[in-house]
Amino acid sequence: MAEENKVSLHGFFASPYVRRVDLALKFKGIPYEYVEEDLKNKSSLLLKYNPVHKKVPVLVHNGKPIVESLVILEYIDETWKNGPRFLPEDPYKRAQIRFWASFVHQQVFENMVLILKTDGEAQEKTVKEVSEKLSLLEEGIKSIFPEGIPIINQENVGLLDILIVSTFGSYKAQEEVLGLKLIDPEKTSPLLFSRLKALLELHVVKGALPPHEKVVGALKFMRQNALNSASV
Amino acid sequence: MANEVVLLDFWPSMFGMRVRIALAEKGIKYEYKEEDLKNKSPLLLEMNPINKKIPVLIHNGKPVCESLIIVQYIDEVWNDKSPLLPSEPYQRAQARFWADFVDKKVYGASRKVWSTTGEEEEAGKKEFFEILKTLEVELGDKPYFGGETFGYVDLSFITFYSWFHAYEVLGNINIEAECPKIIAWAKRCLQKESVAKTLPDQKKVYEFVAQMRKRFVSE
Repeated sequence: MAEENKVSLHGFFASPYVRRVDLALKFKGIPYEYVEEDLKNKSSLLLKYNPVHKKVPVLVHNGKPIVESLVILEYIDETWKNGPRFLPEDPYKRAQIRFWASFVHQQVFENMVLILKTDGEAQEKTVKEVSEKLSLLEEGIKSIFPEGIPIINQENVGLLDILIVSTFGSYKAQEEVLGLKLIDPEKTSPLLFSRLKALLELHVVKGALPPHEKVVGALKFMRQNALNSASV
Repeated sequence: MANEVVLLDFWPSMFGMRVRIALAEKGIKYEYKEEDLKNKSPLLLEMNPINKKIPVLIHNGKPVCESLIIVQYIDEVWNDKSPLLPSEPYQRAQARFWADFVDKKVYGASRKVWSTTGEEEEAGKKEFFEILKTLEVELGDKPYFGGETFGYVDLSFITFYSWFHAYEVLGNINIEAECPKIIAWAKRCLQKESVAKTLPDQKKVYEFVAQMRKRFVSE
């Protein structure tokens, strides 16, 4: 009985991919052990659990590892049916949510990482691209909720909400480090921004996001590393 | 009840083939529309305004995009026969992981094999075989990635097999020599009617890829 539903999450505090899983577990009220990994000195346990990609997050459930944040989120949703359902029941709506989750994951977030790691013209180009993607995302949000977005609470939070918080939740730290605004609440992203602000008010989210200064420190470190190795 | 299914596709696309196999597995009647990717139809641009890519499944007028998302949609709607994903959550997670691995890794590496030359091509070939060998380890002694039956991971990867002949000729490689288990698995999959009827002729694909290569490589 003691081994039943033993859950641990291997992560890195500043990783938005880890944040997604962390939020999902907290929204479902699943007790778990958190293991902070030193990414410069990966534990043998991490390498055993994720031999293919050697990355965090890794969710370990009763000794069995699951990797890749979006795969983990669906696993959590299917295994723990209490609490909010991250994906709707209707297959068409599920397909829409999966599409936009993948869009935020690949087309928005990966470009945001590029913005952090570049400067000058390369950065300017990527900033423009992200702005275009955010316009598309705004249209996407409207198409998912044609009758308007329901008021968010801890019972109805969904997959896309988890992605929004993990991607944009530390937007103030991102703005401070980059010296530019990524989300424009007036012109490009009014729906996204209002959804984000509502999510940031949730008790679970407040407890899950790391303090501003810590994120600023991590982002500065990442940016310095990337710019240094680029100029070598 | 109207069940109108239309597939916007491009015959050599390994992503489109995944959807065709899924539809065949489920015995779904559909209208196939071939797209000219140099001259995309207004329907495609309307149904996939975000990425403007094929495949797009249009079910009763509503579009679903991205091949693996489409395959999962098909599996969930037509859930009365030939399940593509396992029913148990952990096995489903494993299946999703490996399909994602194929998506992330196989296309990129294989592209380097046919569209580059010199050092870049050699690096691409090395990467391609590393990826195939990782998949061989995962397959192990199972007849299919899904275990005893053809499933989601098999479907996501088998479509690349139609391009193997092109990779071999253009990249001067021998896939069977390096990864015999993959070839044996592929031939096993081809015994299934849904796969055999979907995968285009390898020589036709080679001719298509050889043409495309000219755009990247001057020889």
